[in-house]
Amino acid sequence: MDWGALHTILGGVNKHSTSIGKIWLTVLFIFRIMILVVAAERVWGDEQDDFVCNTLQPGCRNVCYDHFFPISHIRLWALQLIFVSTPALLVAMHVAYRRHEKKRQFRKGDQKCEYKDIEEIRRQRFHIEGSLWWTYTGSIFFRLIFEAVFMYAFYFMYDGFRMPRLMKCNAWPCPNTVDCFVSRPTEKTVFTIFMIAVSSICILLNVAELCYLLTKFFLRRSKKAGNSKQQSNHENKEETKQNEMNELISDSCQNTVIGFTS
Amino acid sequence: MSWAFLRDLLSGINKYSTGIGRIWVAVVFMFRLLVYVAAAENIWKREHDEFECNIKQPGCENVCFDHFFPVSHIRLWALQLIMVSTPSLLVVFHVAYRENREKHHNQKFYGNPGKIDGGLLCTYLISLILKTGFEIVFLVLFYKLYNGFKIPRLVKCDIKPCPNTVDCYISKPTEKMIFLYFLVATSCLCIILNISELSYLIFKYSIKCYLKRHVKKQQ
Repeated sequence: MDWGALHTILGGVNKHSTSIGKIWLTVLFIFRIMILVVAAERVWGDEQDDFVCNTLQPGCRNVCYDHFFPISHIRLWALQLIFVSTPALLVAMHVAYRRHEKKRQFRKGDQKCEYKDIEEIRRQRFHIEGSLWWTYTGSIFFRLIFEAVFMYAFYFMYDGFRMPRLMKCNAWPCPNTVDCFVSRPTEKTVFTIFMIAVSSICILLNVAELCYLLTKFFLRRSKKAGNSKQQSNHENKEETKQNEMNELISDSCQNTVIGFTS
Repeated sequence: MSWAFLRDLLSGINKYSTGIGRIWVAVVFMFRLLVYVAAAENIWKREHDEFECNIKQPGCENVCFDHFFPVSHIRLWALQLIMVSTPSLLVVFHVAYRENREKHHNQKFYGNPGKIDGGLLCTYLISLILKTGFEIVFLVLFYKLYNGFKIPRLVKCDIKPCPNTVDCYISKPTEKMIFLYFLVATSCLCIILNISELSYLIFKYSIKCYLKRHVKKQQ
């Protein structure tokens, strides 16, 4: 049980996403989850063992470590990835619900159902319109919020994105202000900046996807409004033509009748 | 044999759940199981090695650690996850029993063996009650064992062979506390979901029963 299970779930959502959504998912899995599991976890693996303070006072190292790292970078990233992936579940649930409804229609033998068998319903790809549009857009919005919140939390907790080499600590039971040295600070800074950069790229992708969906929505609405206007104009023209023809016919009929009678 | 088994179990349960049940499965999977495996397990990995006492007396650290952590938080968390997911097996077994019965007698007893009605409804309600019960029991256990959900930086210990009252320092107390609060929050969310599902099912089927009786009376 690991991130692979998340990959299976989100992979299902991939089918119903836009192209930008698919790119976002790829970036998430390759540049964030894979980097986290394969590289970052090793870098932070020995963080407390190799956090060394210039004192023999027992407990001082523990307390100083806890003071400077209330929550480790690696755990914060794991939480960020979980929270950012969760809104996609909303889309997966909505799609599953739609599929369930279509299967129910099919089983009832509804004439309106245009599928030949259940397999076709299972394989079908739903377009992002109607209520699914709202769910999808909502999920992108929540993703953006979570990304922003975690990036801010990171910045706030660690006073920026740099990992210092040396920290001065005077929390009890340290006898005085003690020098504490962080293990692998440069490597940690590099990975931190990398993860922040990829996070920013994901935010940009989400914003682009949101703009794309909104543009598509407004274009579709204006097209529909234009179509219905054209249709009503077309109908009016047809009606007036028919009215004229009816008048002509009735006139000619009257003339013939008058002709006959006279 | 690992957490993959629980993951498969949860996906199997999904098929026979109501809408709220599916949300419960998603919460358990994403916010509890995944957080446990991906983040929490590593925090408590070396808790004993990193537990340090201000004394050189051999055995003092061991004894003090054992006194303050009879069962580690992370083990209680794992037990809670397992116990809370298990009642849903009752539903799966009941559906399997129904399908078996149909196969055995070569007859269609149920329109849809997975539909929540009749005996399966009772089994489902019992599983919901058990799930909620286990959640509450584990939350109370956490609270009682550790005097609340706080993890102190320093604990004072004077058990033999420690020669006097000794200061012992717990590793990563803040991080452990954050994840403990996260566990409590998701547990409470799951309790709320279970209670809503219970109320929804009871309400739905009482209305159905009442309407059926009303129609019968009219007839």
